[in-house]
Amino acid sequence: MTAEPRPADLTPINVLTGFLGSGKTTLLQRLLADPAMANAAVLINEFGEVGLDHHLLDRIDDNVVLLKSGCLCCTVRGEVAEALQKLHSQRSRGEIPWFDRVVIETTGLADPFPALSTIQSHPVLRSHFAIANVVVTVDAVNGSRQLDERLEAVRQVGAADVVVITKTDMDEATGSDTLREKLSRLNPAARQVIAQQARVDDFLVDASVGRREEWLREALSASEQFAAPVHHHHHHHHHEEGDHHHHAHASVRSFSMVIEERIDWTGFGMWLTMLLNRHGDRVFRVKGILDIEGEERPVAIHGVQRLVHPPVHMSAWPDRRRQSRIVFIVDGLDPARIEESFHVFNRLSEKVLGHSRTSSFRKAG
Amino acid sequence: MCSLCGVLGCDDHWTSAIARPGVYTRNTDRLNRRREAANRIKLANALLESRRLKIAEWQGTSYVLSSPTGRTRIFESLAHLWPEAEAMTGRDFDPLDPDFLDRLRQS
Repeated sequence: MTAEPRPADLTPINVLTGFLGSGKTTLLQRLLADPAMANAAVLINEFGEVGLDHHLLDRIDDNVVLLKSGCLCCTVRGEVAEALQKLHSQRSRGEIPWFDRVVIETTGLADPFPALSTIQSHPVLRSHFAIANVVVTVDAVNGSRQLDERLEAVRQVGAADVVVITKTDMDEATGSDTLREKLSRLNPAARQVIAQQARVDDFLVDASVGRREEWLREALSASEQFAAPVHHHHHHHHHEEGDHHHHAHASVRSFSMVIEERIDWTGFGMWLTMLLNRHGDRVFRVKGILDIEGEERPVAIHGVQRLVHPPVHMSAWPDRRRQSRIVFIVDGLDPARIEESFHVFNRLSEKVLGHSRTSSFRKAG
Repeated sequence: MCSLCGVLGCDDHWTSAIARPGVYTRNTDRLNRRREAANRIKLANALLESRRLKIAEWQGTSYVLSSPTGRTRIFESLAHLWPEAEAMTGRDFDPLDPDFLDRLRQS
Protein backbone atom coordinates (compact mmCIF):
# COMPACT_ATOMS: atom_id res chain seq x y z
CA MET A 1 0.00 0.00 0.00
CA THR A 2 0.95 3.57 -0.04
CA ALA A 3 2.33 3.44 3.47
CA GLU A 4 4.81 0.76 2.57
CA PRO A 5 8.31 1.80 1.68
CA ARG A 6 9.31 0.26 -1.58
CA PRO A 7 12.88 -0.21 -2.68
CA ALA A 8 13.53 0.87 -6.24
CA ASP A 9 14.02 -2.66 -7.49
CA LEU A 10 10.51 -3.82 -6.66
CA THR A 11 7.92 -3.40 -9.37
CA PRO A 12 4.87 -1.55 -8.03
CA ILE A 13 1.48 -3.17 -8.35
CA ASN A 14 -1.80 -1.28 -8.41
CA VAL A 15 -4.79 -3.42 -7.55
CA LEU A 16 -7.93 -2.16 -9.23
CA THR A 17 -11.20 -3.41 -7.86
CA GLY A 18 -14.82 -2.34 -7.86
CA PHE A 19 -18.29 -3.73 -8.21
CA LEU A 20 -19.57 -5.18 -11.49
CA GLY A 21 -20.35 -2.37 -13.87
CA SER A 22 -18.83 0.29 -11.68
CA GLY A 23 -16.52 1.47 -14.42
CA LYS A 24 -13.28 -0.37 -13.63
CA THR A 25 -12.44 -1.15 -17.21
CA THR A 26 -13.36 2.33 -18.45
CA LEU A 27 -11.05 3.78 -15.84
CA LEU A 28 -8.31 1.32 -16.75
CA GLN A 29 -8.71 2.20 -20.42
CA ARG A 30 -8.28 5.87 -19.61
CA LEU A 31 -5.27 5.21 -17.41
CA LEU A 32 -3.58 3.08 -20.04
CA ALA A 33 -3.85 5.91 -22.55
CA ASP A 34 -1.63 8.05 -20.33
CA PRO A 35 2.10 8.10 -21.17
CA ALA A 36 2.89 7.37 -17.51
CA MET A 37 1.26 3.99 -17.98
CA ALA A 38 2.93 3.13 -21.28
CA ASN A 39 5.12 0.53 -19.61
CA ALA A 40 2.49 -1.07 -17.44
CA ALA A 41 1.60 -4.74 -17.61
CA VAL A 42 -2.05 -5.46 -16.97
CA LEU A 43 -3.64 -8.57 -15.53
CA ILE A 44 -7.37 -8.77 -15.80
CA ASN A 45 -9.79 -11.28 -14.42
CA GLU A 46 -12.59 -11.03 -16.90
CA PHE A 47 -13.20 -9.43 -20.24
CA GLY A 48 -15.90 -6.86 -19.85
CA GLU A 49 -17.86 -5.01 -22.47
CA VAL A 50 -15.20 -2.39 -22.85
CA GLY A 51 -12.42 -3.45 -25.16
CA LEU A 52 -8.88 -2.99 -23.95
CA ASP A 53 -6.05 -2.60 -26.33
CA HIS A 54 -2.76 -2.86 -24.60
CA HIS A 55 0.35 -4.73 -25.54
CA LEU A 56 0.89 -6.22 -22.11
CA LEU A 57 -2.52 -7.55 -21.40
CA ASP A 58 -2.82 -10.92 -19.81
CA ARG A 59 -5.74 -12.78 -18.44
CA ILE A 60 -6.05 -14.57 -15.14
CA ASP A 61 -8.82 -16.58 -13.65
CA ASP A 62 -10.02 -16.72 -10.12
CA ASN A 63 -8.33 -19.45 -8.25
CA VAL A 64 -8.04 -19.18 -4.55
CA VAL A 65 -6.15 -21.95 -2.88
CA LEU A 66 -6.97 -21.72 0.78
CA LEU A 67 -5.66 -24.43 3.01
CA LYS A 68 -8.02 -24.69 5.92
CA SER A 69 -6.55 -24.22 9.37
CA GLY A 70 -3.50 -22.70 7.79
CA CYS A 71 -2.09 -19.30 8.54
CA LEU A 72 -2.01 -16.17 6.44
CA CYS A 73 0.86 -17.35 4.29
CA CYS A 74 -1.21 -20.29 3.10
CA THR A 75 -3.76 -18.13 1.35
CA VAL A 76 -2.16 -18.32 -2.03
CA ARG A 77 -4.11 -17.09 -4.96
CA GLY A 78 -2.70 -19.55 -7.43
CA GLU A 79 -3.21 -17.86 -10.74
CA VAL A 80 -2.30 -14.35 -9.69
CA ALA A 81 0.97 -15.76 -8.40
CA GLU A 82 1.49 -17.79 -11.56
CA ALA A 83 0.70 -14.87 -13.87
CA LEU A 84 3.05 -12.53 -12.00
CA GLN A 85 5.85 -15.06 -11.96
CA LYS A 86 5.41 -15.62 -15.67
CA LEU A 87 5.50 -11.87 -16.36
CA HIS A 88 8.62 -11.53 -14.25
CA SER A 89 10.53 -14.31 -15.97
CA GLN A 90 9.45 -13.22 -19.44
CA ARG A 91 10.59 -9.71 -18.65
CA SER A 92 13.98 -10.83 -17.42
CA ARG A 93 14.47 -12.98 -20.53
CA GLY A 94 13.43 -10.08 -22.75
CA GLU A 95 10.53 -12.04 -24.24
CA ILE A 96 8.06 -9.25 -23.60
CA PRO A 97 8.46 -5.46 -23.62
CA TRP A 98 9.92 -4.07 -20.42
CA PHE A 99 7.32 -3.11 -17.85
CA ASP A 100 7.80 -0.97 -14.78
CA ARG A 101 4.38 -1.37 -13.21
CA VAL A 102 1.62 -3.96 -12.98
CA VAL A 103 -2.09 -3.26 -12.74
CA ILE A 104 -4.28 -6.12 -11.56
CA GLU A 105 -7.97 -5.79 -12.19
CA THR A 106 -9.94 -8.10 -9.94
CA THR A 107 -13.38 -9.51 -10.65
CA GLY A 108 -16.29 -7.41 -9.55
CA LEU A 109 -17.21 -9.71 -6.73
CA ALA A 110 -13.72 -10.29 -5.46
CA ASP A 111 -12.42 -9.33 -2.09
CA PRO A 112 -9.00 -7.85 -2.95
CA PHE A 113 -7.41 -9.34 0.15
CA PRO A 114 -6.24 -12.69 -1.31
CA ALA A 115 -4.44 -10.93 -4.15
CA LEU A 116 -2.75 -8.60 -1.67
CA SER A 117 -1.68 -11.39 0.62
CA THR A 118 -0.34 -13.39 -2.31
CA ILE A 119 1.91 -10.58 -3.41
CA GLN A 120 3.19 -9.83 0.06
CA SER A 121 3.58 -13.38 1.33
CA HIS A 122 4.69 -15.29 -1.74
CA PRO A 123 8.33 -16.27 -1.24
CA VAL A 124 9.30 -15.37 -4.82
CA LEU A 125 6.88 -12.58 -5.65
CA ARG A 126 7.64 -10.51 -2.62
CA SER A 127 11.22 -10.00 -3.74
CA HIS A 128 10.15 -8.68 -7.13
CA PHE A 129 6.84 -6.89 -6.59
CA ALA A 130 5.31 -4.56 -4.03
CA ILE A 131 1.76 -3.33 -3.68
CA ALA A 132 1.59 0.36 -4.51
CA ASN A 133 -2.07 0.81 -3.66
CA VAL A 134 -5.62 -0.50 -3.94
CA VAL A 135 -7.98 1.52 -6.10
CA VAL A 136 -11.71 0.86 -5.97
CA THR A 137 -14.35 2.24 -8.32
CA VAL A 138 -17.78 3.11 -6.96
CA ASP A 139 -20.38 4.41 -9.34
CA ALA A 140 -22.56 7.36 -8.47
CA VAL A 141 -25.65 5.69 -9.92
CA ASN A 142 -25.64 2.30 -8.18
CA GLY A 143 -22.83 2.58 -5.65
CA SER A 144 -24.88 3.72 -2.73
CA ARG A 145 -27.36 0.87 -3.11
CA GLN A 146 -24.59 -1.70 -3.63
CA LEU A 147 -22.91 -0.57 -0.44
CA ASP A 148 -26.21 -1.05 1.37
CA GLU A 149 -26.90 -4.46 -0.05
CA ARG A 150 -23.62 -6.19 -0.79
CA LEU A 151 -20.94 -6.96 1.74
CA GLU A 152 -18.45 -7.53 -1.12
CA ALA A 153 -18.78 -3.87 -2.06
CA VAL A 154 -18.19 -2.85 1.55
CA ARG A 155 -15.07 -5.05 1.74
CA GLN A 156 -13.70 -3.52 -1.43
CA VAL A 157 -14.18 0.00 -0.12
CA GLY A 158 -12.66 -1.07 3.19
CA ALA A 159 -9.50 -2.28 1.48
CA ALA A 160 -9.09 0.80 -0.73
CA ASP A 161 -6.42 3.49 -0.59
CA VAL A 162 -8.16 5.43 -3.34
CA VAL A 163 -11.91 5.44 -4.02
CA VAL A 164 -12.77 6.59 -7.53
CA ILE A 165 -16.35 7.80 -7.90
CA THR A 166 -17.48 7.11 -11.46
CA LYS A 167 -20.50 8.06 -13.56
CA THR A 168 -21.06 11.34 -11.73
CA ASP A 169 -21.89 12.89 -15.11
CA MET A 170 -24.84 10.60 -15.72
CA ASP A 171 -28.39 11.88 -15.31
CA GLU A 172 -29.24 9.11 -12.91
CA ALA A 173 -26.35 9.97 -10.60
CA THR A 174 -27.88 10.79 -7.29
CA GLY A 175 -26.80 12.35 -4.05
CA SER A 176 -23.07 12.46 -4.60
CA ASP A 177 -22.64 14.07 -1.17
CA THR A 178 -24.57 11.25 0.49
CA LEU A 179 -22.41 8.69 -1.31
CA ARG A 180 -19.22 10.49 -0.33
CA GLU A 181 -20.28 10.66 3.28
CA LYS A 182 -21.14 6.97 3.27
CA LEU A 183 -17.71 6.19 1.79
CA SER A 184 -16.03 8.37 4.39
CA ARG A 185 -17.79 6.53 7.17
CA LEU A 186 -16.79 3.14 5.78
CA ASN A 187 -13.21 4.08 5.04
CA PRO A 188 -12.19 7.48 6.36
CA ALA A 189 -8.55 6.90 5.45
CA ALA A 190 -9.11 6.46 1.71
CA ARG A 191 -8.65 9.33 -0.70
CA GLN A 192 -11.78 10.03 -2.76
CA VAL A 193 -11.50 11.21 -6.33
CA ILE A 194 -14.08 11.89 -9.03
CA ALA A 195 -13.21 9.83 -12.11
CA GLN A 196 -13.70 12.68 -14.58
CA GLN A 197 -11.45 15.01 -12.64
CA ALA A 198 -8.84 12.44 -11.80
CA ARG A 199 -5.30 12.53 -13.06
CA VAL A 200 -3.08 9.51 -13.39
CA ASP A 201 -1.14 10.66 -10.31
CA ASP A 202 -4.23 10.15 -8.21
CA PHE A 203 -4.06 6.44 -8.92
CA LEU A 204 -0.35 5.85 -9.03
CA VAL A 205 0.46 7.12 -5.60
CA ASP A 206 4.16 7.66 -5.53
CA ALA A 207 6.06 5.68 -2.95
CA SER A 208 8.59 8.39 -2.17
CA VAL A 209 8.84 9.04 1.54
CA GLY A 210 7.72 12.66 1.39
CA ARG A 211 4.51 11.99 -0.41
CA ARG A 212 3.81 8.93 1.60
CA GLU A 213 3.93 10.88 4.82
CA GLU A 214 1.98 13.77 3.42
CA TRP A 215 -0.64 11.31 2.34
CA LEU A 216 -0.67 9.65 5.74
CA ARG A 217 -1.21 13.00 7.44
CA GLU A 218 -4.12 13.68 5.17
CA ALA A 219 -5.52 10.26 5.81
CA LEU A 220 -5.25 10.60 9.55
CA SER A 221 -6.87 14.01 9.69
CA ALA A 222 -9.71 12.74 7.51
CA SER A 223 -10.01 9.77 9.82
CA GLU A 224 -10.45 11.99 12.82
CA GLN A 225 -13.17 13.85 11.07
CA PHE A 226 -15.19 10.79 10.20
CA ALA A 227 -14.20 7.91 12.43
CA ALA A 228 -16.13 7.93 15.65
CA PRO A 229 -14.05 8.01 18.80
CA VAL A 230 -14.48 4.81 20.80
CA HIS A 231 -16.37 6.26 23.71
CA HIS A 232 -18.73 8.25 21.58
CA HIS A 233 -19.58 5.68 19.01
CA HIS A 234 -23.23 5.88 19.96
CA HIS A 235 -23.31 9.26 18.25
CA HIS A 236 -22.29 7.47 15.14
CA HIS A 237 -25.67 5.82 15.00
CA HIS A 238 -27.37 9.16 14.69
CA HIS A 239 -26.13 9.31 11.14
CA GLU A 240 -27.79 6.05 10.40
CA GLU A 241 -31.09 6.55 12.09
CA GLY A 242 -32.80 6.91 8.76
CA ASP A 243 -31.70 3.45 7.68
CA HIS A 244 -34.35 1.18 9.05
CA HIS A 245 -33.98 -1.89 6.91
CA HIS A 246 -31.09 -4.24 7.35
CA HIS A 247 -28.03 -3.03 5.50
CA ALA A 248 -24.94 -4.93 4.47
CA HIS A 249 -22.82 -2.34 6.21
CA ALA A 250 -25.04 -1.93 9.27
CA SER A 251 -22.43 -3.75 11.34
CA VAL A 252 -19.47 -2.15 9.58
CA ARG A 253 -18.09 0.88 11.29
CA SER A 254 -14.92 2.85 11.56
CA PHE A 255 -13.67 4.18 14.84
CA SER A 256 -10.52 5.76 16.13
CA MET A 257 -8.56 5.09 19.27
CA VAL A 258 -6.51 7.87 20.78
CA ILE A 259 -3.89 6.52 23.16
CA GLU A 260 -2.33 8.76 25.76
CA GLU A 261 0.36 6.46 27.10
CA ARG A 262 3.40 5.41 25.14
CA ILE A 263 3.11 2.08 23.39
CA ASP A 264 5.33 -0.91 23.98
CA TRP A 265 6.27 -2.20 20.53
CA THR A 266 6.60 -5.85 21.55
CA GLY A 267 3.21 -5.78 23.26
CA PHE A 268 1.57 -3.98 20.38
CA GLY A 269 2.90 -6.49 17.87
CA MET A 270 1.70 -9.40 19.97
CA TRP A 271 -1.72 -7.79 20.50
CA LEU A 272 -2.42 -6.92 16.88
CA THR A 273 -1.14 -10.29 15.65
CA MET A 274 -3.41 -12.08 18.10
CA LEU A 275 -6.38 -9.86 17.25
CA LEU A 276 -5.95 -10.40 13.52
CA ASN A 277 -5.39 -14.12 13.94
CA ARG A 278 -8.80 -14.46 15.57
CA HIS A 279 -10.78 -11.62 13.97
CA GLY A 280 -8.83 -10.64 10.84
CA ASP A 281 -11.71 -11.39 8.49
CA ARG A 282 -13.73 -8.76 10.34
CA VAL A 283 -11.03 -6.11 10.44
CA PHE A 284 -11.27 -4.50 7.00
CA ARG A 285 -8.62 -1.97 7.75
CA VAL A 286 -6.30 -0.83 10.49
CA LYS A 287 -4.19 2.25 10.11
CA GLY A 288 -2.37 4.21 12.74
CA ILE A 289 0.44 6.38 13.93
CA LEU A 290 2.13 5.20 17.10
CA ASP A 291 4.17 6.81 19.84
CA ILE A 292 6.49 3.92 20.63
CA GLU A 293 8.33 3.71 23.94
CA GLY A 294 11.97 4.53 23.34
CA GLU A 295 11.43 6.14 19.92
CA GLU A 296 11.48 9.83 19.08
CA ARG A 297 9.80 9.54 15.71
CA PRO A 298 6.37 8.04 15.09
CA VAL A 299 5.78 4.62 13.58
CA ALA A 300 2.95 4.15 11.09
CA ILE A 301 1.18 0.84 10.75
CA HIS A 302 -1.19 -0.23 8.05
CA GLY A 303 -3.11 -3.45 7.56
CA VAL A 304 -5.91 -5.01 5.54
CA GLN A 305 -7.64 -7.96 7.14
CA ARG A 306 -4.88 -10.37 8.26
CA LEU A 307 -2.22 -8.59 6.27
CA VAL A 308 -0.03 -5.98 7.96
CA HIS A 309 2.53 -4.09 5.92
CA PRO A 310 6.07 -3.44 7.16
CA PRO A 311 5.78 -0.60 9.70
CA VAL A 312 6.95 2.80 8.49
CA HIS A 313 9.37 4.85 10.59
CA MET A 314 8.18 8.38 9.85
CA SER A 315 10.59 11.29 9.82
CA ALA A 316 8.54 13.49 12.17
CA TRP A 317 5.24 13.87 13.94
CA PRO A 318 2.54 15.32 11.69
CA ASP A 319 1.45 17.80 14.35
CA ARG A 320 2.44 18.98 17.79
CA ARG A 321 0.21 16.58 19.62
CA ARG A 322 2.53 13.58 19.53
CA GLN A 323 -0.27 11.21 20.29
CA SER A 324 -0.93 7.67 19.10
CA ARG A 325 -4.00 7.32 16.95
CA ILE A 326 -5.32 4.12 15.40
CA VAL A 327 -8.25 3.93 13.01
CA PHE A 328 -10.07 0.63 12.57
CA ILE A 329 -12.74 -0.37 10.09
CA VAL A 330 -14.44 -3.41 11.57
CA ASP A 331 -17.46 -5.56 10.92
CA GLY A 332 -19.38 -6.43 14.03
CA LEU A 333 -16.57 -5.99 16.55
CA ASP A 334 -17.07 -3.83 19.61
CA PRO A 335 -14.76 -0.77 19.56
CA ALA A 336 -14.79 -0.47 23.36
CA ARG A 337 -13.70 -4.09 23.71
CA ILE A 338 -10.85 -3.61 21.23
CA GLU A 339 -9.63 -0.56 23.12
CA GLU A 340 -9.89 -2.33 26.47
CA SER A 341 -7.94 -5.28 25.07
CA PHE A 342 -5.22 -2.96 23.78
CA HIS A 343 -4.76 -1.40 27.23
CA VAL A 344 -4.64 -4.77 28.99
CA PHE A 345 -1.89 -5.92 26.60
CA ASN A 346 0.04 -2.68 26.86
CA ARG A 347 0.00 -2.83 30.65
CA LEU A 348 0.92 -6.50 30.66
CA SER A 349 3.93 -5.91 28.42
CA GLU A 350 5.08 -2.99 30.56
CA LYS A 351 4.85 -5.25 33.58
CA VAL A 352 6.44 -8.33 32.03
CA LEU A 353 9.16 -6.49 30.16
CA GLY A 354 9.68 -3.91 32.87
CA HIS A 355 9.69 -0.68 30.92
CA SER A 356 9.58 2.56 32.82
CA ARG A 357 6.18 4.15 32.97
CA THR A 358 7.46 7.66 33.46
CA SER A 359 5.94 8.94 30.29
CA SER A 360 2.56 7.31 30.80
CA PHE A 361 1.22 10.32 32.56
CA ARG A 362 2.12 12.69 29.81
CA LYS A 363 -0.99 14.44 28.58
CA ALA A 364 -1.53 15.63 25.06
CA GLY A 365 -1.15 19.37 24.57
CA MET B 1 8.33 -23.63 6.84
CA CYS B 2 4.89 -23.43 8.30
CA SER B 3 3.99 -26.85 9.68
CA LEU B 4 0.31 -26.11 9.12
CA CYS B 5 0.54 -25.49 5.42
CA GLY B 6 3.96 -26.61 4.25
CA VAL B 7 4.66 -23.36 2.41
CA LEU B 8 8.35 -22.52 2.45
CA GLY B 9 9.76 -19.15 3.22
CA CYS B 10 6.97 -17.50 5.16
CA ASP B 11 9.05 -16.93 8.24
CA ASP B 12 8.95 -13.15 8.13
CA HIS B 13 6.42 -11.08 9.99
CA TRP B 14 5.63 -7.38 10.15
CA THR B 15 6.76 -7.22 13.78
CA SER B 16 10.28 -8.14 12.70
CA ALA B 17 10.35 -6.79 9.17
CA ILE B 18 13.53 -6.87 7.13
CA ALA B 19 15.52 -3.69 7.81
CA ARG B 20 15.18 -1.33 4.85
CA PRO B 21 15.21 2.46 4.63
CA GLY B 22 12.00 3.83 6.12
CA VAL B 23 10.93 0.56 7.73
CA TYR B 24 10.55 0.40 11.49
CA THR B 25 12.03 -2.80 12.82
CA ARG B 26 14.17 -4.09 15.65
CA ASN B 27 15.50 -6.71 13.29
CA THR B 28 18.64 -4.64 12.70
CA ASP B 29 21.79 -5.98 14.32
CA ARG B 30 22.39 -9.14 16.26
CA LEU B 31 22.04 -7.55 19.68
CA ASN B 32 18.74 -5.82 18.91
CA ARG B 33 17.38 -8.89 17.23
CA ARG B 34 18.26 -11.12 20.17
CA ARG B 35 16.87 -8.68 22.73
CA GLU B 36 13.59 -8.29 20.88
CA ALA B 37 13.28 -12.04 20.34
CA ALA B 38 13.81 -12.63 24.06
CA ASN B 39 11.16 -10.02 24.91
CA ARG B 40 8.68 -11.59 22.55
CA ILE B 41 9.20 -15.01 24.10
CA LYS B 42 8.76 -13.57 27.59
CA LEU B 43 5.54 -11.82 26.64
CA ALA B 44 4.21 -14.79 24.67
CA ASN B 45 4.73 -16.98 27.74
CA ALA B 46 2.77 -14.52 29.88
CA LEU B 47 -0.09 -14.83 27.38
CA LEU B 48 0.17 -18.61 27.05
CA GLU B 49 0.31 -19.17 30.80
CA SER B 50 -3.47 -19.04 31.16
CA ARG B 51 -3.75 -22.19 29.06
CA ARG B 52 -0.66 -23.77 30.62
CA LEU B 53 1.34 -23.69 27.41
CA LYS B 54 4.99 -22.70 27.12
CA ILE B 55 7.07 -21.47 24.25
CA ALA B 56 10.85 -21.54 23.94
CA GLU B 57 13.31 -20.77 21.24
CA TRP B 58 14.87 -23.83 19.71
CA GLN B 59 18.39 -23.73 18.27
CA GLY B 60 17.97 -20.05 17.49
CA THR B 61 15.99 -20.76 14.36
CA SER B 62 12.67 -22.20 15.48
CA TYR B 63 10.18 -22.15 18.31
CA VAL B 64 8.87 -25.05 20.28
CA LEU B 65 5.47 -24.85 21.89
CA SER B 66 4.75 -27.38 24.60
CA SER B 67 1.69 -28.43 26.55
CA PRO B 68 1.59 -29.63 30.19
CA THR B 69 1.15 -33.18 28.93
CA GLY B 70 4.39 -32.99 27.00
CA ARG B 71 3.00 -32.48 23.51
CA THR B 72 5.15 -30.23 21.38
CA ARG B 73 4.90 -28.37 18.10
CA ILE B 74 7.80 -26.78 16.29
CA PHE B 75 7.54 -23.83 13.91
CA GLU B 76 9.84 -21.24 12.42
CA SER B 77 7.96 -17.99 12.85
CA LEU B 78 6.11 -16.39 15.71
CA ALA B 79 3.51 -15.55 13.08
CA HIS B 80 2.38 -19.14 13.52
CA LEU B 81 2.18 -19.06 17.29
CA TRP B 82 -1.54 -18.43 17.65
CA PRO B 83 -2.75 -20.84 14.96
CA GLU B 84 -0.42 -23.47 16.48
CA ALA B 85 -1.56 -22.76 20.05
CA GLU B 86 -5.20 -22.97 18.96
CA ALA B 87 -4.58 -26.23 17.09
CA MET B 88 -2.82 -27.68 20.13
CA THR B 89 -5.48 -26.76 22.69
CA GLY B 90 -8.49 -26.95 20.39
CA ARG B 91 -9.58 -23.59 21.79
CA ASP B 92 -9.50 -20.01 20.57
CA PHE B 93 -6.98 -17.52 21.88
CA ASP B 94 -9.21 -14.47 21.68
CA PRO B 95 -7.79 -11.13 22.86
CA LEU B 96 -11.35 -9.77 22.98
CA ASP B 97 -12.60 -12.51 25.32
CA PRO B 98 -13.45 -10.83 28.67
CA ASP B 99 -12.36 -13.90 30.69
CA PHE B 100 -9.02 -14.01 28.94
CA LEU B 101 -8.52 -10.29 29.57
CA ASP B 102 -9.44 -10.77 33.24
CA ARG B 103 -6.82 -13.46 33.59
CA LEU B 104 -4.22 -11.22 31.97
CA ARG B 105 -5.09 -8.43 34.39
CA GLN B 106 -4.50 -10.76 37.32
CA SER B 107 -1.29 -12.23 35.99
